[in-house]
Amino acid sequence: MEKKAIYFDHAATTPVCQEALQKMIPYFTDVFGNPNSQHAFGRESAKAVDEARDEIASIINAKPSEVYFTSGGTESDNWALRGIAHAHKDKGNHIVISPIEHAAMLVTAKALEKEGFKIDYMKVDSQGFVDLQHLKSIVGEGTILVGCMMANNEVGTIEPIKEIAEIAHSVGAYCFTDAVQAAGVLKLDVKELGVDLMSMSSHKIYGPKGVGALYVRNGVKIGSILTGGHQERMKRGGTTNVPAIVGFGEAFKIANRDLDKNFEYVSSLRDHFIDRVLNEVPFVKLNGPRQNRLPANADFSFEFIEGESILFSLDLAGICVSSGSACSSGSLEPSHVLLALGLEEALAHGSIRFSFGKHNTMEEVDYAVETIKSAVQRLRDMSPLFKAQGDIKYV
Amino acid sequence: MYNEKVMEAFKNPKNVGEIENASGVGTVGNASCGDIMQISLKIENDIILDAKFKTFGCAAAIATSSTATDMIIGMTVDEALQVTNKKVVECLGGLPSQKIHCSVLAEEAIKKAIEDYKSKQAK
Repeated sequence: MEKKAIYFDHAATTPVCQEALQKMIPYFTDVFGNPNSQHAFGRESAKAVDEARDEIASIINAKPSEVYFTSGGTESDNWALRGIAHAHKDKGNHIVISPIEHAAMLVTAKALEKEGFKIDYMKVDSQGFVDLQHLKSIVGEGTILVGCMMANNEVGTIEPIKEIAEIAHSVGAYCFTDAVQAAGVLKLDVKELGVDLMSMSSHKIYGPKGVGALYVRNGVKIGSILTGGHQERMKRGGTTNVPAIVGFGEAFKIANRDLDKNFEYVSSLRDHFIDRVLNEVPFVKLNGPRQNRLPANADFSFEFIEGESILFSLDLAGICVSSGSACSSGSLEPSHVLLALGLEEALAHGSIRFSFGKHNTMEEVDYAVETIKSAVQRLRDMSPLFKAQGDIKYV
Repeated sequence: MYNEKVMEAFKNPKNVGEIENASGVGTVGNASCGDIMQISLKIENDIILDAKFKTFGCAAAIATSSTATDMIIGMTVDEALQVTNKKVVECLGGLPSQKIHCSVLAEEAIKKAIEDYKSKQAK
């Protein structure tokens, strides 16, 4: 196969689909009005925003008045956590989240801890699934919010959110889920799940960057974090990002329309990839489960070598992936997700996430497996840890 | 994030391996930090005739191992002790700030290997 760039990092971001792009374009120039303006220009923009809101609300089985547009997943997570904490602190100061949340949640929770909130972490098992019995044992009267991601961005584990929501509600707490990796990939029905708040993002599902949404069930009191404007029904100030919202709505519509087809196709690439890597690369560990896993996700730890050096080796061969490891993310800590799953630190440092997309092909997957085999061998030959293992013959 | 020199050293590192019956070996770092560097030296009459490395770590760790071993081959032991991490970084044309610790490891591994050599000499 001729060397060209192969993109296996769809959990990081995706290209904007043509349908969304075409639909957005007029809203940069011709239809540029501020949807908060009362004149014709404003009304036309407002209509487009309403349509996107209707679309997203209908896909997740919510009312349009329950969908608030934001700048993306990070803002939605921040808003849910801070907004609920501040609006309900008279009721209690206890918040429970999972230890494998996105940094948008973990860092925000730490900030709330400094304000006097008490943060507890539900346990997860070695595949990343929340331990529901443990969760039951740590929620109580003062618990105001239980937050857990719908699906993990690093290892792909799909959490039992319905059960988590039931446990939260049994003590009168709200349930929030970060569905940034799941919305548009899995069928999500907020009523069926029973969640009170849910984060969504556009750029993970072939929509533009810089836009997302927060579902807030009607009747749930939430504080604001962006104050100063009347936008989003007084809840979120800032001039409405009309083209991005239009693109998000269209991307979500297309993702939902093609959901089954994409799920099946991307899972078939992923399963073939996982099977080949497990069979053909020695000393490798699949992180996360085989079942109840995001269709696009495969995450491996390669023993005796470090993730970033694998990432750049693959990059040199034209394969673009992501590493949960320290060095590539700029900190010196190994992935907090893998440590929470109980991996020893050396293994957590040697992890690589592959996330497939609808434009990838089986040929690309097979090329990647061959490249991984030689890259891993080259790095192991350089590793002082591998020596101790004796003469291992690669298949 | 890496310049071309660093990527080249990562792509085609020099001096990979271990010297049999080495005059001195230095291993620094640990797996939990994500970096382990091992440098082995062949020294005769206080001159470093050969240096080899084995490294578990990121691209910068591998590149600095390659460059540092390359720099000290042909040096006297005393000259090699003067090789600082800063000199290794300069030789690579710079490293991202969060990767400077890799060059520190290289300096430490050289010093440790020379210490090992000296302690063997003293016996």
